[in-house]
Amino acid sequence: MKCYQNWLLLIAVVLLAALPLWLVEKPAADADGKPAEIFAGADNKAKDLIGEIAPAYQPWFKPILEPASGEISSLLFALQAALGAGFIGYYLGVSVTREKIRRGIQHNAASPEKQPDAD
Amino acid sequence: MHIMEGFLPFAHAVGWTLASAPFVAYGLHAVKKRIRDKPEQRMLLGVAAAFSFVLSALKLPSVTGSCSHPTGTGLGALLFGPAAMAPIGAVVLLFQALLLAHGGLTTLGANLFSMAIVGPFAAAAIFRLARGIKCSFAVSVFLAASLADLLTYVTTSAQLAWAFPDPIGGFTASFAKFAGIFALTQIPLAISEGLLTVVIFNALARFNPQELQDMKLLPPQELRA
Repeated sequence: MKCYQNWLLLIAVVLLAALPLWLVEKPAADADGKPAEIFAGADNKAKDLIGEIAPAYQPWFKPILEPASGEISSLLFALQAALGAGFIGYYLGVSVTREKIRRGIQHNAASPEKQPDAD
Repeated sequence: MHIMEGFLPFAHAVGWTLASAPFVAYGLHAVKKRIRDKPEQRMLLGVAAAFSFVLSALKLPSVTGSCSHPTGTGLGALLFGPAAMAPIGAVVLLFQALLLAHGGLTTLGANLFSMAIVGPFAAAAIFRLARGIKCSFAVSVFLAASLADLLTYVTTSAQLAWAFPDPIGGFTASFAKFAGIFALTQIPLAISEGLLTVVIFNALARFNPQELQDMKLLPPQELRA
């Protein structure tokens, strides 16, 4: 049951991420003929909204280091996700093995392991 | 939820930094004490940080036609208590602020407050409440993680509305606008975060029941539920 549940949950997550790509229609180009953006970052939209509400506001601090291009920035985001996912995978691997060894010890105590046949 | 570098007025930036600092300091103290008392939980602390690293790097599309990302703070808040997530959140946010120009040093305090303080404390409170009214473990985890995620973005909207009230409608009108960007976009992502947190808890409950029991998250009879 638990196994199915996890798979169902993961499928639901994938659907939640994939469905908007289908459902949301690309808005028409705006008055200047610039193609409209779709799936832009919410953080950027908020920045634009600040510009609308307070047109006089000037940001008073610049990022110290800015990724040189979109590619570099996705490299760093991928690195961030990979570091995290790598560690979680390592930990789960350790946990699974620990559990197996724990069970194996009980099992092997009863019947010593058979040598695999050499073909 | 990352307010961009320089996009909070000076007074707000200082105010949120001062508001967040004690949480980070206390959180560091709490984490150190926890690791000293139970060194075997060090790896699990790493998992909590790693989970937040992964989730906050995933920018997912949402039904509103914009992209945003989950926060991943619910897991750590339930495992180690909400205070522990403040220093962990600080590491994640600093990484993004310094290397990615995503968020910023001047807005670090405000971003910390929404992601690493409001979110985790909400998660812990909602989890207790849900367990109190006899929700199952999985449902409680789901509610805690997803509502914490959503409340993080509501907090960001409120922070921005406070800093930039609408010239006509004031705070309320401005809050409605920012929440329209952040909170609405976040609803499906918050659900995703809730589901993913349940998945990782299932894995932990399966392979590390002892740890969860030590943390008093699971009563013994529910270990193998």
